[in-house]
Amino acid sequence: MSAVIDTHAQDHHHGPAKGITRWLYTTNHKDIGTMYLVFSFAMFLLGGTMAMVIRAELFQPGLQIVEPEFFNQMTTMHGLIMVFGAVMPAFVGLANWMLPMMIGAPDMALPRMNNWSFWLLPCAFLILVSTLFMAGGAPNFGWTFYAPLSTTYGPPSTTFFIFAVHIMGISSIMGAINVIATILNLRAPGMTMMKMPLFVWTWLITAFLLIAVMPVLAGVVTMMLMDINFGTSFFNAAGGGDPVLFQHVFWFFGHPEVYIMILPAFGAVSHIIPAFARKPLFGYASMVYAVGAIALLSFVVWAHHMFTVGVPLAGELFFMYATMLIAVPTGVKVFNWVATMFRGSMTFEAPMLFAVAFVILFTIGGFSGLMLAIAPADFQYHDTYFVVAHFHYVLVPGAIFGIFASAYFWLPKWTGHMYDESLAKTHFWLSFVGMNLAFFPMHFLGLAGMPRRIPDYALQFADFNMVSSIGAFMFGATQLLFLFIVIKCVRGGEKAPAKPWEGAEGLEWTLPSPAPYHTFSTPPEVK
Amino acid sequence: MAELPESNPQPPRSNARVIGWCLVGVVGMFAFGFALVPLYNVFCEITGINGKTGGRYEASEAMQTDLNRTVEVQFIAQNGPEMPWVFRPMVHSIKVHPGEPTQVAFYAENPTGAAMVAQAIPSLAPSEGTLYFHKTECFCFNRQALAAGEITEMPLVFIVDTALPEHITKLTLSYTLYDQGEPETVSAVTSERATTTSTNNG
Ligand code: HEM
Ligand SMILES: [Cu+2]
Repeated sequence: MSAVIDTHAQDHHHGPAKGITRWLYTTNHKDIGTMYLVFSFAMFLLGGTMAMVIRAELFQPGLQIVEPEFFNQMTTMHGLIMVFGAVMPAFVGLANWMLPMMIGAPDMALPRMNNWSFWLLPCAFLILVSTLFMAGGAPNFGWTFYAPLSTTYGPPSTTFFIFAVHIMGISSIMGAINVIATILNLRAPGMTMMKMPLFVWTWLITAFLLIAVMPVLAGVVTMMLMDINFGTSFFNAAGGGDPVLFQHVFWFFGHPEVYIMILPAFGAVSHIIPAFARKPLFGYASMVYAVGAIALLSFVVWAHHMFTVGVPLAGELFFMYATMLIAVPTGVKVFNWVATMFRGSMTFEAPMLFAVAFVILFTIGGFSGLMLAIAPADFQYHDTYFVVAHFHYVLVPGAIFGIFASAYFWLPKWTGHMYDESLAKTHFWLSFVGMNLAFFPMHFLGLAGMPRRIPDYALQFADFNMVSSIGAFMFGATQLLFLFIVIKCVRGGEKAPAKPWEGAEGLEWTLPSPAPYHTFSTPPEVK
Repeated sequence: MAELPESNPQPPRSNARVIGWCLVGVVGMFAFGFALVPLYNVFCEITGINGKTGGRYEASEAMQTDLNRTVEVQFIAQNGPEMPWVFRPMVHSIKVHPGEPTQVAFYAENPTGAAMVAQAIPSLAPSEGTLYFHKTECFCFNRQALAAGEITEMPLVFIVDTALPEHITKLTLSYTLYDQGEPETVSAVTSERATTTSTNNG
């Protein structure tokens, strides 16, 4: 203790503590960002392994590898781990690393809470994953945990699942509060709201979405908890409740949640495309307003997930048109990215490859979303592989390619070394081909009527499923290459200059590479 | 963003204020999640869109019978999970004139060796007709207790409203019968449930 007091004057300039306590007690945004990213990648591999089990079972018709009960646990856990364990923490990790450096702040506004919000996550996922080893098995009702499947018919481990969701929710909410406080209070002098980089803007709006909907998720799992353990009947028809109510409350959270998973990627891509097109972003203000519009509209479209439960005609029409309306601001963003590339002096390093693929493939996912938004057509598509194809196109080349693009873009800043460009390009092309092989045939399977969440299927679906599984194995294996590239880059490599990308702009590139442990202790002046 | 005008060079520096507002949002949205339950029930009661028919109908003035129109009403009965009773409508379908009170009955039998209590939950299709289907007497207004082996006929008196939209010519009323345990334990369960659930199980 006395040592700390003695060195207090130098406290702001010393490096990280040594050993495990550095990571346990750290309040440094860079350390916490790193931990989030490492945790997220670990969850990505775990959720990915489950996806491999699913695709192995679906490689051929018939039941070969796992029991149907276990198959259902795999689809459920894969979804939950990817959404809450891989995608969301990865973006929080990027926010921790980049937000303070982008706005010229010394750290996040609430560093101690930052440490808490990270360390809650491993606890939550330890609980969630441990349900696999409990009597009755892990949750098996799908990541959407519809009642009464999850209440009346759920396994005993459901209560642990609920507890895990509560902890993740608290972690996300604390993270969001921290982001909002940092962005509102710690911007360098001269950085007005409309001068903020887009990643900062998209994260600010994402944080508001988190604050608005994570409590609703906590509410819905609390109602489940009460139905299961305390004899209430929120979702139990016998006691006067209504299972359809569950779907309304869940999707009121669920739809904004899908935007929580994509908006930060929108922000990152809006940095990367101008950098490699060597042109400023086309339509900055319209980008900001488009993100705001998407966020607001995302609260009034939830019933597009429920077209088939018996919504009255007026409701179907309202939710159909409201959903289609979201395509307008989304289209504005896509056009702006394309306009940024138009006549730019483009080069295609790994971050740009991922970003360009993001724009193209995310748009495919947006179009299949528009098809699903057509209420009368959705009666055919709903709960088929077409929906699976849709959301994998928006999440894999959308959210996950956005994360890869960001990782390659900022790795030189984080590690001080350039990553291996040719390996990274290999990672890109294998991911690109694997991902399209895996998910494109699912459109056809869904249109032909193959239901989702089943371990076996009719013979006519066999060929496309085999192609899909081969693509999935290819995509899965390729991610080990990413791990290798990152480890290689951390351990050494060509020295990175302060600004390794010619066209990049932003305060983070004014710092040396690797970024020192403490940055912007005195705020920079923004003109 | 109103409190951050661009002309202000110093943004507000109070973290406590930001945390405070965020927590208000969090608590408010948590409460909103729960508020969705009564909101949903009231909304469905007003619009009838989830097919839950209302409670006892009390006519302010006798409705004129519309002899020019005939509506077919079908009855379906089913058991909830693990419900051992025999439960079926005595008539499966009946033609009525709007405005005319009609009585039908449902057959129920408790084949087990123990007394049991049951609750029937109604649902009407198409849900558009829900608001135009009135029950003046229904076994579903109360729980039904049957001793071991007891058989009963449970009455339902209903009126189809004369304002029923023209294009609806057939209504289907379905009842699901749920096991509510043994007679003694019922009161405890009832009071517990009554605190959190809506009362519109009609
Ligand atoms: C133009 C934009 C979009 C439109 C019009 C759209 C529309 C839809 C519709 C109508 C469904 C329901 C399909 C059904 O269950 O029958 C759906 C499902 C889904 N969407 Fe989208 N979507 C869009 C963008 C996105 C984005 C950006 C994401 C995430 C990053 C996303 C993630 C999902 C997910 C995860 C599901 C499936 C949920 C489930 O049932 O498990 N969507 N989308
Ligand atoms: Cu949605």
